Amino acid sequence: MSIFEAIRSALTAIGANALRSALTMLGIIIGVAAVIAMVAIGSGARERVTSQIKSLGANLAIIQSGNVTQGGARLGAGASSTLTDEDAGAILKEVEDVVAAAPAIFTRAQAVYAGTNWSTQITATDLDFFAAREWDVAEGRLFEPEELRKGEIVAIIGQTVAKNLFGEQNPLDQQFRIRNVPFKVIGVMAPKGQSALGQDQDDVIFVPLDTGRRRIIGRNYARDRSVQTIMVKFANEGAIAPGIEQTGALLRQRHRLMADQDDDFIVRNLTEIANTATQAATTLSWLLAAVAGVSLLVGGIGIMNIMLVSVTERTREIGLRLAVGARQRDILAQFLIEATTLATIGGAVGIALGVGSALTIANIAGWPSVVSIETILVAVGVSGMIGVFFGFYPARQAARLDPIEALRRE
Amino acid sequence: MPLIEARELSRVYDLDSGRVTALDRVSLDIEAGDLVAVMGPSGSGKSTFMNLIGCLDRPTGGHYRLDGVAVETLSSDGLAELRNRKLGFVFQQFNLLPRVDACANVELPMVYAGADRKARRERALAALGRVGLAERAHHRPMQLSGGQQQRVAIARALVNEPRLLLADEPTGALDSRTALEILALFQDLNREGVTVVLVTHDAEVARHARRVIRFRDGHLLSDQRQQPADARAALAALDAAPPVYPETEIHAEALP
Repeated sequence: MSIFEAIRSALTAIGANALRSALTMLGIIIGVAAVIAMVAIGSGARERVTSQIKSLGANLAIIQSGNVTQGGARLGAGASSTLTDEDAGAILKEVEDVVAAAPAIFTRAQAVYAGTNWSTQITATDLDFFAAREWDVAEGRLFEPEELRKGEIVAIIGQTVAKNLFGEQNPLDQQFRIRNVPFKVIGVMAPKGQSALGQDQDDVIFVPLDTGRRRIIGRNYARDRSVQTIMVKFANEGAIAPGIEQTGALLRQRHRLMADQDDDFIVRNLTEIANTATQAATTLSWLLAAVAGVSLLVGGIGIMNIMLVSVTERTREIGLRLAVGARQRDILAQFLIEATTLATIGGAVGIALGVGSALTIANIAGWPSVVSIETILVAVGVSGMIGVFFGFYPARQAARLDPIEALRRE
Repeated sequence: MPLIEARELSRVYDLDSGRVTALDRVSLDIEAGDLVAVMGPSGSGKSTFMNLIGCLDRPTGGHYRLDGVAVETLSSDGLAELRNRKLGFVFQQFNLLPRVDACANVELPMVYAGADRKARRERALAALGRVGLAERAHHRPMQLSGGQQQRVAIARALVNEPRLLLADEPTGALDSRTALEILALFQDLNREGVTVVLVTHDAEVARHARRVIRFRDGHLLSDQRQQPADARAALAALDAAPPVYPETEIHAEALP
C-alpha cells in the first residue's frame, strides 16, 4: 500500500468519527498554538530587551555621586555632588581601556517657542556623552569644543521635543527659551525610542555642561565643577570589571577618602544589568515554552488514548486484515499513519492559530513579532513526532493481535 | 499431490486451567477441486482445524503442507503471505469494512499483495461480477442485504485467485433461502474449479458438499463421500412452488 493510499485510508477512518477526531486534535491544536505563540512572545520580549540595551550603548558604567554621611545620617545616592567634570577627565586619562567619560547634569525645565511650550529633560553634558551612548545627530551638528569651553547658549534637541515644540517647522537655527534664556538649535538627534524602563529617550534637550550649570540650574557656590553622574564607556566587555575597580581607586584617591571611610560615589555596571535583563527574558521564554510544551504533551496523550480506543473498537477489522494477508508491520503502519495524520492535521491548524495569536499579541503589546520559519518547522516536526511516539504503543497493540482472537471479538 | 496434506496434526492449548488438546493427531488430505464440509459440534476441534489449514494458527505437533508448502516452518510474515496468495476466507459475520464501498472491500487482499490501483479496481469489479453483484459495486455494506454482503465477502475471498476457499459457517447469519443461494454460489464456483472447504455444524449445509468430514473431541470421527444436493435445483423448486403462509392469506370476503 502506497503512503498516499495509507494517508487516504487514515483520513477515511478519521472522518468516520469526525467529532471524536476533532476533539482529539484540539489537544494538539492548543499545544502547537501555545508553543508557537509562547516562543514568539518570549523571543519578542527578548528582542525588545536586546534592542533597548543596544539603544543604551554597550559596555557602559555609570558613576553617581552619593552616600555622604553628615552627622551620622547617611544621605543616600545623589544627595551631594561629590563628582566633578575633572573626575571625568581623570578617569578618561588614567583608567585603562576607557573610550569616553561623560559628566552630566540632569534637570527638568519648560522649553518655550513662539506660542508653544513643552516640559522636558535637560541634559547638560559634553561630547563624550554622544560617544558613550553611540548616538549622533540626524540633522545639524554636535557641539563644537569651543562652544563647550565657552558655555555658549546652544542646544541639540531630541525628536520628541522637535515635534512638540516646532511641529512641521525645521527647528535648525531657531531660537527657543529655557528659563528665559534664548537657546539656538544647532542639531536634532536621531530617534532612539524607549529606554529599558519605558522612558522616551527622545524627549530631551542637550546643552553644553557649563551652559546648563550656569544658565539653567544656576550653580554659583564654590564647587561649581560638580556633576550628577559620569558615564564611562569601556573599549570592550572584558575591560569593564577591572576598569570599574581602577575607577573606584582613582576616585577615592581624588576625593581624599580615608581607608575607613565609605565611597562617596556609586558605580553601576550597566552591561551587567543589561545581561541580567536579557537572562530574565531568556528564562521567561524558556518557561513559556515549557508550559506550552506540557500542553503539547497532554495533546499527545489524548491521541494515544483515542488510538487505544480505536484499536479496541476495530479489533475485528484488524483480524480481518490479518486474515486476508496483512503482515504485522502493515497493521502497525496503518495505525501509526492514522495517529500521525491526526497529529499533523492538528499541528497545521495549531500553527495557523499560533501564528495568528502571536501576531495579535505582538501587535497589542507593540513588540516585534518573531514568528520564525524555524519555529513553524519545529512545530510541524514535533506534532508529527507526537503522532509517531504516542501512536506507536496503540499501533503495536494492534499489530500484535492474534488474528483468531481478533476475529472472534465482538 | 493433494492441496492439503495434514499429518498427525495436533494443537494443544496451555490454559490457566491446564492443557487442552483441541486437535489430536489428525491426518487427512484434501484434493484440489473438491467441495468439503467439515462438521462437528462446538468443541469438536473443527474450528481449530480450520484455523490451522487457514494458516491463522500454527500446529503444536505434526506436519501440514498447503499446496506443497510446509506451513510450520514459516514466519508470521510468511503465513500472512500464504493467506494472502493461496487462501480466501468467508466468515459468518461477513466482516466487511463498513466505511468503504463493496469494491474497496473486495480490493483489500490485493492492497496487501501490492497490486496497483487500476489492476485492483478491474479485478475487484470482475470478482463482484462473478458473484452477481456488478451493479452494487459502489454500495456500502449497510446498503446491502445480508446475502449480498456475504457475496461481497466471497468476492473478496476470490479476488486473489486463491487455491482454497475457506468458509466458516458462511450461512449461519442468513435465512434459509439466502443460505441456499450462497450454497448455490459455492457449488458454481466449485464447478469452475475452486476448492471449497465449508466449516459448519448444520447438516443441511453439509448435504451440499461432495465430502463430509466429522470431528469429535479433537479426533477425526468420519470421512464420507456423498452425492451433493443441488442448491440451484432446490432454489428452482422454491420458485415454482412458493411456500404458503396462512397468516398472510387475504380472504376477500372478510374485507369491508
